Amino acid sequence: MATALKNIAQIIRSKNAGPFELTLDVLFSNREDFERAQKSGVLSAQTIAELYQVEIEDVLSVHFFAPAWAFKATIVRKISSGTAGDFDVFGAQQHAPLLDLEIPALDHAPDKM
Amino acid sequence: MEEIRVLSPTAILGYGFPQASLDEGMRRKPHVIAVDGGSTDAGPYYLGFEPGQNESGQSGAFLESLSRDTEPLLLAALEAKIPLIIGSAGFAGGNIHLMGMLSVIQTIAAKHGLHFKMATITAEVDKAHVHQRLQENRVRPLGPVDQLQPEDIDASIRIVGQMGVEPFIDALEQGAQVIVAGRANDPSMFAALPILHGFDRGLALHMAKILECGAIAAEPGSGSDALLGTIRHDSFILEPLNPERRCTRTSVAAHSLYEKSDPYKLLGPGGYVDLSASRFEEINERSVMVNGSRFVKDPECWIKLEGASLVGYRTIAVSGIHDPVGLTQIDHFIESAHEAVNDKFSDLRGKFQLHFHVYGRNGVMPEFDASVIPQNEVGIVIEAVAESQAQATSICAHARTVILHLGFPGRVSTAGNLAFPFSPLDIPAGPVYRFNMYHLIQEDDPCALFNTNVFEV
Repeated sequence: MATALKNIAQIIRSKNAGPFELTLDVLFSNREDFERAQKSGVLSAQTIAELYQVEIEDVLSVHFFAPAWAFKATIVRKISSGTAGDFDVFGAQQHAPLLDLEIPALDHAPDKM
Repeated sequence: MEEIRVLSPTAILGYGFPQASLDEGMRRKPHVIAVDGGSTDAGPYYLGFEPGQNESGQSGAFLESLSRDTEPLLLAALEAKIPLIIGSAGFAGGNIHLMGMLSVIQTIAAKHGLHFKMATITAEVDKAHVHQRLQENRVRPLGPVDQLQPEDIDASIRIVGQMGVEPFIDALEQGAQVIVAGRANDPSMFAALPILHGFDRGLALHMAKILECGAIAAEPGSGSDALLGTIRHDSFILEPLNPERRCTRTSVAAHSLYEKSDPYKLLGPGGYVDLSASRFEEINERSVMVNGSRFVKDPECWIKLEGASLVGYRTIAVSGIHDPVGLTQIDHFIESAHEAVNDKFSDLRGKFQLHFHVYGRNGVMPEFDASVIPQNEVGIVIEAVAESQAQATSICAHARTVILHLGFPGRVSTAGNLAFPFSPLDIPAGPVYRFNMYHLIQEDDPCALFNTNVFEV
């Protein structure tokens, strides 16, 4: 059964990676959930660009990091941290668009092994 | 030496820590106490701010919290005869911030009659030097920033470089027991002693990256509590000193990703730590062991530069709307305020900014769809930024006056559309800066930009 990312991830967070980038971390508490998310193909640069309403070029990187059962994506901040018009100096409250991202059941994943 | 124990009392000096955690840490006989004093994370204000004649680089409240944290650390380190290393002093790590931190230490030393060998290491970089390196084509952008232009250098109020471990190792070799440094790459203070004693650089820097945030890498996490790192020749172990916290595989692995873009590479001056073969293992209920992290040396020495320039002066007004009809008019209010301000201040066109932070309706994520009408109330923070504080205040005042008295169809409460919690309505918030320099500069020597001064206190 498909489920929201928040139901299988232990940590979903955002934070500055320097004043010009925002980095998004999703951490899973076990290998099964990590692999389910990875194999689903949903966590991609395209998805991040759509969720965060940025150009695909402004998604600087997406990585799955197996040692930590983690997914990480980094995007360009539209306004650099702490200057006029910024709305989140630490970038610590920009994670919410990820929470309800739908992750299909492993059985229905396109590249199931 | 078989192992070195590094005590990190808190995420940032001034954030505090329980005395019981420091006491427990000292019972473990650490070889060094190291602490991070700052960050770019809170924005460019701290680097850019220019104190007036009767001000120091930091507010009195910040100096007070620095002193409150530093006193027990200094006493503990001197009693145990181990070094105390503070990097990124005074938050931004410029010379005025370093001097503020030095005065805190001297005041504590005088109070207790303490004497020790002290080192200060500056991190402020001369503009002429950056101009020269730029001409030599030895400056490059870091991440999504533009190529550096000569006028950026001139516009920077001050420029700091992030030192690696080498200036700290040099000060330790000179016998300094207390080291206070300007801007430093966060792990440098924690990795310097292990590297000096021949421990693996990759393990030392990876351990340092986790230690630099104190107990944030524990569960439950805290930026105001201590973490102990023990490095051996093939691994390192992390353990929180407060028995209510524990390090877990996830908490430590998660912190290895924290505030950086590439999970496989821990970038820093002189090279990077390759984490692709790192292994995280819970060795007991509260401790995690890590191994496999490997340092990859950069044949060239690139140092990160940070600079801040003045954008203008900010005035804010804080207000709220509770009227249910008013809540349907927020877009109309904001558009009308923009129109009226642009009209009244047409002579300043292009020289000011007006922003509305609408809390309760995507104030935290303003690019996102705000079509849903809030049910109860919203808060609106009006932000005006202009070339002078007086202009910013005038613009802010005009915007909130327009909204306060704006008529609209169906209006019932004709006395005013906004509630203000404060008088004065418009609050001058001082200068606004931006990071206008976030670049790498190439040096032949990793210590070249940093001046060490060793003296007796």
